[in-house]
Amino acid sequence: MSVLGLFNYWIFVFLMMVGFYILISRGNLVKKIIGLNIFQTSVFILYISMGKVTGGTAPILVEGDAVYSNPLPHVLILTAIVVGVATTALGLSLVVRIKEAYGTIEEDEIQAEDLRS
Amino acid sequence: MSPETSVVLAFAIPLAGAVLIAATGSLPNLREAVTLATGAALLFVVASLVPEVLAGARPSVDLVEWVPGIQLRFTVEPLGMIFAGVAALLWPVNSLYSIGYMRGNGESHQTRFYVFFAIAIAAAIGVAFAGNLLTLFVFYEALTLSTYPLVTHKGTEDAKRGGRAYLGILMTTSIGLLFFAIVWTWQATGTTEFTEGGILSGHLEGAQVGLLLFLFMFGIGKAAIMPVHRWLPAAMVAPTPVSALLHAVAVVKAGVFSVVKVLVYVFGFELLQAEPSTRWLLYAAGFTVIAASVVALRIALEQGNLKRMLAYSTISQLSYIVLSAAIFVPISAAGAGLHIVAHAFGKITLFFAAGSIYTAAHKTEIGQLKGIGRRMPWTMGAFAIGALSMIGLPPAGGFVSKWYILLGAFEADQFLVMGILVVSTLLNAAYFVPIVYMAFFMEEEAPIGGNGDSRGHGEAPLPIVMALSATAVLTVLLFFFPDVPLALAHAFTGGGP
Amino acid sequence: MSAHLPVLQVLVPLLAAPLCAILRNGRAAWAVAMVASWTSLWIAIQLLTLVLANGTISYELGGWAAPWGIEYRIDTVNAFVLLIVSMIAAVVTPYALKSIEREVEASRVALFYAAFMLCLTGLLGITITGDVFNVFVFLEISSLSAYALIAIGQNRKALTAAYQYLIMGSVGATFIVIGIGMMYVMTGSLNMADLSVLLPQVSSSRTIPVAFAFLTVGISLKLALFPLHLWLPNAYTYAPSTVTVFIASTATKVAVYMLLRFFFTIFGPAFSFDVMQLDRVLLPLALVAIFSMSLVAIFQTNIKRMMAYSSVAQIGYMILGISMASVTGLTAGILHMFNHAMMKGALFMALGCVMYRVGSVHIDSMRGLGKRMPWTMAAFVMGGLSLIGVPLTVGFVSKWYLIQGALEKGWWPVAALVLLTSLMAVVYIWRVVEAAYFQEFPGDDDGELREAPLAMLVPTWALVLINLYFGIDASLTAGVAGAAARSLLGVGP
Repeated sequence: MSVLGLFNYWIFVFLMMVGFYILISRGNLVKKIIGLNIFQTSVFILYISMGKVTGGTAPILVEGDAVYSNPLPHVLILTAIVVGVATTALGLSLVVRIKEAYGTIEEDEIQAEDLRS
Repeated sequence: MSPETSVVLAFAIPLAGAVLIAATGSLPNLREAVTLATGAALLFVVASLVPEVLAGARPSVDLVEWVPGIQLRFTVEPLGMIFAGVAALLWPVNSLYSIGYMRGNGESHQTRFYVFFAIAIAAAIGVAFAGNLLTLFVFYEALTLSTYPLVTHKGTEDAKRGGRAYLGILMTTSIGLLFFAIVWTWQATGTTEFTEGGILSGHLEGAQVGLLLFLFMFGIGKAAIMPVHRWLPAAMVAPTPVSALLHAVAVVKAGVFSVVKVLVYVFGFELLQAEPSTRWLLYAAGFTVIAASVVALRIALEQGNLKRMLAYSTISQLSYIVLSAAIFVPISAAGAGLHIVAHAFGKITLFFAAGSIYTAAHKTEIGQLKGIGRRMPWTMGAFAIGALSMIGLPPAGGFVSKWYILLGAFEADQFLVMGILVVSTLLNAAYFVPIVYMAFFMEEEAPIGGNGDSRGHGEAPLPIVMALSATAVLTVLLFFFPDVPLALAHAFTGGGP
Repeated sequence: MSAHLPVLQVLVPLLAAPLCAILRNGRAAWAVAMVASWTSLWIAIQLLTLVLANGTISYELGGWAAPWGIEYRIDTVNAFVLLIVSMIAAVVTPYALKSIEREVEASRVALFYAAFMLCLTGLLGITITGDVFNVFVFLEISSLSAYALIAIGQNRKALTAAYQYLIMGSVGATFIVIGIGMMYVMTGSLNMADLSVLLPQVSSSRTIPVAFAFLTVGISLKLALFPLHLWLPNAYTYAPSTVTVFIASTATKVAVYMLLRFFFTIFGPAFSFDVMQLDRVLLPLALVAIFSMSLVAIFQTNIKRMMAYSSVAQIGYMILGISMASVTGLTAGILHMFNHAMMKGALFMALGCVMYRVGSVHIDSMRGLGKRMPWTMAAFVMGGLSLIGVPLTVGFVSKWYLIQGALEKGWWPVAALVLLTSLMAVVYIWRVVEAAYFQEFPGDDDGELREAPLAMLVPTWALVLINLYFGIDASLTAGVAGAAARSLLGVGP
C-alpha cells in the first residue's frame, strides 16, 4: 500500500505523538489532560480505520450479498470512548480539588508548595 | 511411648512451656515452677530416647511437607542425641540459676525472658533432631531470632548495639552464605537429607567442593570461625544466664553441631579426604584456636572483663571441635562429639561463676577478683574445675575429649594439629591459672575511694550455688564416666564403642 | 448454580457497587461489601478446587460461542490469582470498617465502598476473562476506581498522587489498547486461546513485534516495573490505609498476571523469549529494581513510603522469576505474587493500625510503640520477617525457588544479589524494630495511647497467620504455582 493508502494510520501516529508530547512537556494539569485526550483519540482513529473494508458498506443488513465493513472495532471503540470520557471526568475533578487544596494547577508551583509544607 | 512420640514431645514440651510461662507471668513463683517442671519433663523425654538410639534406632518423624519434594523432618541420630541431651540436661540447671540471678539482680521483664528462653530451647532441640538441611536451617534461624530479645534484654543503648552485631553477623552469614549453600546442594543433588557417607559424592568435584565447604563453614556463623566470630563477644551484653546457656550451650553448640553434621552427613569424609580443595578448613580452624586464645590471654593480662575473656575462650574451644572434625577421620570426629559435651559442662560452670560473682559482689573485671575465693569458695572452686576442663587436665571432662582429638591427629599423621593443641593448651593454662591463683592466694585489695560495696559480701544466693555446683560435678563426672556420650560419639562415626 | 460461578465471580461485586452507592449509609454499605467480598472468596475457592480437579473451565458469556462471544477461561494460573485477590478483599473489608471511619469523611464512606467494590470487580475481571479487549475494559474499571480511592486520602498530596497515577495509568492502558488493536488487525480475533493459535502464523510481520512492544510498555507501567514505577510510592503513601493494603496486595499482582497471560499464553514463550528476547529487557530492569529500590527504602523516614519502595523491589523479584522462563523461575514468580500479597498486606495493615492510633507513620512516631501497641508491632515484625525471607514464613519459600531458579540457569551473581537484597530488607525492617522496641515513647501522656481496635487487629493477624501457615506448609501454594508455571510453559501437567 502506498503512503497515501495508509493516510489514516499516519494521522493516528501523528495524533499519538502530539498528545504524548503535550502530556510530557506541559506543566499545567488541565493541558496534560488535553494531551491525554488527544492521545486516546488517536487510538479511536486506529480502531475505526482498521474496521474499514475497501468497498464495504455500513454494517446494516441489506438484501443481497453486500460487503460490510467490520463492525466489531467500532463497537470496541465505543467502549473505549466511554472509558476515555470517564477518565477525563475523573482527571478534571481531581484538578478541581487540587486547585482547591493548593490554589494552583501548575505542577512546579504545586511541588514548591509541597516542599514548603 | 514410642520413640517417634518422644521426638515430637521433646520439641513440643519447651514450646508448651513457653505458652504456660506466658500465661502464668503474673505469678512469679508459679511461673518459675512451670519453667523447672517443663525442664524436668524435657530431660525425661530426651533421656528416654538415649537407650533407643544406642540400640541402633533412628526414629524419624515427618512434620509437614514444606514444598513438594521437601519435608520438614526430624530424625534422631547419635550426634543429635548428644546435642539434645546436653541442652536438655543443662536447661533445668540453668533455670535454677536464672531464678537466683534474675531475682538477685532485680531484672525487669522476667516473663519475657523465660518465654524466649523456652522458645530458644525448642529451637535448639529442632536443630539437634533436624533430619535434613532445610529443617536444620529453619531452626537455626529460629534460634537466632528467639535469642535476640534475650541478648538485648536490658534494652540499653549498649544492648541495642550488641544486638545489632549479633543479629547482623548471624543473619548475614546464614542468609547470605548458608542458605545459598543449601539451595546449591539441593540443586546439585536433588536432596537435602542427612545421609551416612554424604550426599555430594559424585555430584560435585574439585574446587566446587572447596567453595561449597567455604559457604557452609562461614555460613554457619554460630560456629564462630574467625573472622565471623565477632557476634560472640558482642552478645556478652546479655544477662549472664543467657550467656551461659546460649553462648556456652545452645547457640554456639548449634553452630559446631551443624558444622560437624554437614561435614559427616552432607560431604562425607571420603569426599573431603579426596579433595585437596577442602584443606583450608584445617588452617582456618587452627588459626582461630590460636588467635582466640591469644586474645583471651591479652584480656587476662590487662585484667579486663571476665565474660569477654570467657567469650574468646569459647571461640577457641569451638574451633577445637571444628579442627578435630576437619581432620576427616572417624576417631577425631568422635572426639569432636565428645568435646561438645565437655566444653558445654565446663563453660557453663565458668559463666555461672562469673554471674555468681556479679550477683554477690558486682564485680565484672578480672583485676577485682583478688582474694575472692575466700569469700566465695563454692563459686571459685567450681570456676577452678571449669578452668581445668578448658585446659584439658584431669580430673575434668575436657581431658577425655582432647585425648580423642589427639588420637585422631596421630592416626592421620596431622602433626600440625598436634602442635596447635599443645600450644593452645599452654595458652589456656596461661590465662586461666593466674585467675584461680589470684582468687585463692592473693590478699583482697581495699576498695578504692572507701566504697564499702565489696565488703561483707559472701556467697551468692542458694539457687546459684546449687546450679554451679551441679555443673562442676557434671564436669568431673564426665571424666570418670564418659561411657554414654562416648558410645553415642562412636555410634555417630560408625565405629563400635 | 456452579455452572455460572465464573460470571458470578465478577457479577457479585459489580452489583454490590451501585448498591453501596444507593444505600448512602456507611455501615450498610460496609455490610454489603462484606457479603460481596466473602462471596467472592467462596467462589474463588470453588473455582480453584474445580480447576484442580477437572482442568480448565470455559464459560461462554451470554451463551455466545468463542471466539465470537466473550469467553471466561479459568486455568490454574488465573484461578490462583483470583484466590489471591478475593482473599485479600475478604480480609481487607472487615479491617476497613474502623480504619475508614477514622480516615474518610462520613458522607463519603458509602461511596468509598462503591469504588472499592468496583475496583475489586475490575481486578477479578481482568483475571478471569479470556478476551483481550475485555481485559482492557476491566483494567480501566479497576484503575479508575483506584484513582478515586487514592484521592480520598486525607493529605492533599493524595490528590496529586492520584492525578499522577491517573496520567501514567491511562497512558499504560492506552498502550495496551494499541497493542490489542494491532493484534486484532493481524488476526481478526480477540479471544486469547484463538490468538495463541493464530499469532504464530503472522508473527513474522512487522506489526506483531510492534504490538508486543506496546503491550510490554503498557503492562510494565501498570505493574510499576522500574523505571516506570514513579506513580507508585506517592500513591501508596498518601492513600487511606485500607486502600494501600488493598492496592498494594492486589493491583500490581494482577498486572503481573497480565504479563504472564500475554507473553506466555498469547504470544507463547517461544516468541516472547526466543524471538523477542523479552528476558533481556526484563532481567536487567528487575535486577536494578530489586537493588536500587531496596537501597532507597533504607533511607525513607515515612514507613509507608519505605514499604512502597520495598514493593517495587519485590515486584522486581516476581519479574526476575518470570524472566528466567523456566519452570522453577516461573513457579517462584507466581508463588511470590501470593506470598508478597500476604506479607505486604500484613505490613500495611499493621501500619494502618499505627495510623489509626497515632495518626502518623513517620519513623519518629513509631518510637516506643512496642510497649504501647504490642500486637500491632508484633504483626509488623512478623510481616517484616516474612519480607526478609526468614524460614517458616512465606518469604522464605519464594526465595528458595528464586535462588534455585537462578542456580539452574547458572546465574550466580543474580542469586547473590537476591540474597544481598534480603539483607537490605533486614536493615530497613530493623530500623522500625529498634525505634519501636528500644526508644522511649515521646511525650508525657500517661497511657492515652492504646492498642488498635480488635476489628483491625484480627484481620491483620489473620494475614500474619496465613504468612506462617503457608511458610510451614507450602506444598499447596508451591504445588499450585508449579502447576501454573508448567501450564504456562506448556510442559506436561
